[in-house]
Amino acid sequence: MSQASLLNEIKDKNRVFSFMQTQASPVLNVDKQILLYLEGLSVSFDGFKAINDLNLYIRDGELRCIIGPNGAGKTTMMDIITGKTKPDTGSAWFGQTINLLELDEPAIAQAGIGRKFQKPTVFESLSVYDNLVLAMPDERKVFSLLFAKLNGEQKDRIDEVITLIGLKENHAMRAGSLSHGQKQWLEIGMLLMQKPRLLLVDEPVAGMTHQEMDRTAELLVSLSGSHSVVVVEHDMDFVRQLAGKDRTVTVLHQGSVLAEGSMDQVQNNRKVVEVYLGE
Amino acid sequence: MFLWNLIKQDRGGQVLLALLALAIIIVPILNSLPSDHPLHIPTYMVAVMGKYLTLALLALSVDLVWGYLGILTLGHGAFFALGGYVMGMYLMRQIGDRGVYGHPELPDFMVFLNWDSLPWYWMGLDQFWFAAIMIVLVPGALAYVFGALAFRSRVSGVYLSIITQALTFALMLAFFRNEMGFGGNNGLTDFKDLLGFNLQARETRVGLFVASAIALALGYLLCRAVTQSRLGKVCVAVRDAESRSRFMGYRVENVKLWVFTLSAMIAGVAGALYVPQVGIINPNEFSPLNSIEIVVWVAVGGRATLYGAVAGAIFINYAKTWFTTELPDVWLFALGAIFILVTVLMPKGIVGLLRRKESNT
Ligand SMILES: Nc1ncnc2c1ncn2[C@@H]1O[C@H](COP(=O)(O)OP(=O)(O)OP(=O)(O)O)[C@@H](O)[C@H]1O
Ligand SMILES: [Mg+2]
Repeated sequence: MSQASLLNEIKDKNRVFSFMQTQASPVLNVDKQILLYLEGLSVSFDGFKAINDLNLYIRDGELRCIIGPNGAGKTTMMDIITGKTKPDTGSAWFGQTINLLELDEPAIAQAGIGRKFQKPTVFESLSVYDNLVLAMPDERKVFSLLFAKLNGEQKDRIDEVITLIGLKENHAMRAGSLSHGQKQWLEIGMLLMQKPRLLLVDEPVAGMTHQEMDRTAELLVSLSGSHSVVVVEHDMDFVRQLAGKDRTVTVLHQGSVLAEGSMDQVQNNRKVVEVYLGE
Repeated sequence: MFLWNLIKQDRGGQVLLALLALAIIIVPILNSLPSDHPLHIPTYMVAVMGKYLTLALLALSVDLVWGYLGILTLGHGAFFALGGYVMGMYLMRQIGDRGVYGHPELPDFMVFLNWDSLPWYWMGLDQFWFAAIMIVLVPGALAYVFGALAFRSRVSGVYLSIITQALTFALMLAFFRNEMGFGGNNGLTDFKDLLGFNLQARETRVGLFVASAIALALGYLLCRAVTQSRLGKVCVAVRDAESRSRFMGYRVENVKLWVFTLSAMIAGVAGALYVPQVGIINPNEFSPLNSIEIVVWVAVGGRATLYGAVAGAIFINYAKTWFTTELPDVWLFALGAIFILVTVLMPKGIVGLLRRKESNT
């Protein structure tokens, strides 16, 4: 900001200074049915191109599976979408109006993008219940947090989610003492509480039993439609289950899209077979 | 009702508050007994105990940011000393023309420096209400500016600890300089009275002890209210998984900033109550070692329990008083040994030990 305009601001005493205003992101607009646009993204770490001219579009309400060998850049892509990593080039838009590259992590989360990490991360010394309370999107300002109380509606919602993720009996337990699978569920529950429009789910079924995997698949499928869901997973059975006959599967390799299509198309793609067998 | 809810499930807090209430009643009575009575508490002891209570309040403020928010502050002594200096300035202004040089307005050291008028930052401090505001405002403002710079640029961990050390070290050097107008290396001393009460009088000393006990009780309840609120849960979330809380939409830097500022204000109050009871404030209070010692008190008492910080501060300072009179050369070694023993043998501090005993029986 130039000095003159700053001076003008200071002179007008009823004005809220621009540097005091919290950046409010514009309203989400998905008129074109596309929720997420990634175009020409590249990022390199010490000269190594982890993401290389990546283009990806996620439709509103779509469930998209992303597969790819280790180091393909799947987690890095999620880091860019959620503001953790800034790309060297390219653009990332949430709907047509929200430029993700201009926002930081909390602002992106508040705009409606939720993330489940590859390594389950819950707040270990808080109870299961409190983990879900914190995930609720309602209160984020310091002073309202100090006086925040749960209302009936919010309690009902927590009850609903805690039952869904099967941790009702463990609600008072420290999240740190849950099993690996239970932590995965808790983290999914936290995502649900957050009510994001776009869910990024990194390897959700690692450490889960087959029954738990089936339930996770069911849950993710039921979420699509009202949410867009992007799932990164190595477990091919799980991906097949999620993708079914007609959902799109994207194969990432060396930081860019190698192939895209239905599960059958992708599995019979010569380049994909080469990458997976050549590993 | 609200207050009771705060400590309903907090055995340690209940014990602490009960002990403080007891002390507020018993200590003045025992002090007023004739001096040959076996239960008599001499006035100098009352002042020493009052001093411990202010240090306990300081430890509480450190536990709030270190225990709950995970910020290992090694500079909280600075906020304590600033609160102390504001109180010291008020007390200096109360001396009036009773100083050695008899100047109606200027403190002795300014007359000695040939100054002919009060610097602007000494203005208004002859009014207690103004001093009382400054006691929280000055440390709070410094903490706010420091925190805004450090937390916005996401300095954390060891780096942050080092900058907090640098902060208190820089202030120490500044306050050592005569031309700063804070009395240089002699600091501020020879206080006469506070709100019109003679500081040497027995009643004033007892009054200061009671005020310290009340301040500690209120400080405890305030910290407890913060840590029990949802903000307190967010603090723990930030401590355990900072980036996760960001991805959940929390502005971590604002949470840190406000809690850090609140903590600095509490430390300032502790310093202000400390100074009239020890009778002096000088730049050594800013010494980086002091700030490290506070962290040791909290670690020894037990982190993230609040009452553990109080127990640790009182225990270590009692030990310090004992050693420095009985075995002065051994104190630093003893402190080191206590710290190592506690971190190795009882990572949850004294409080952790008591809790374990309780759950065993
Ligand atoms: N912060 C970083 N600094 C340096 N290199 C990084 C960083 N983050 C990721 N990389 C590298 O970028 C590449 C892509 O990593 P990424 O974690 O995105 O892969 P992935 O597809 O998620 O793999 P996996 O299936 O093993 O989780 C890897 O070679 C990794 O070592
Ligand atoms: Mg990964």
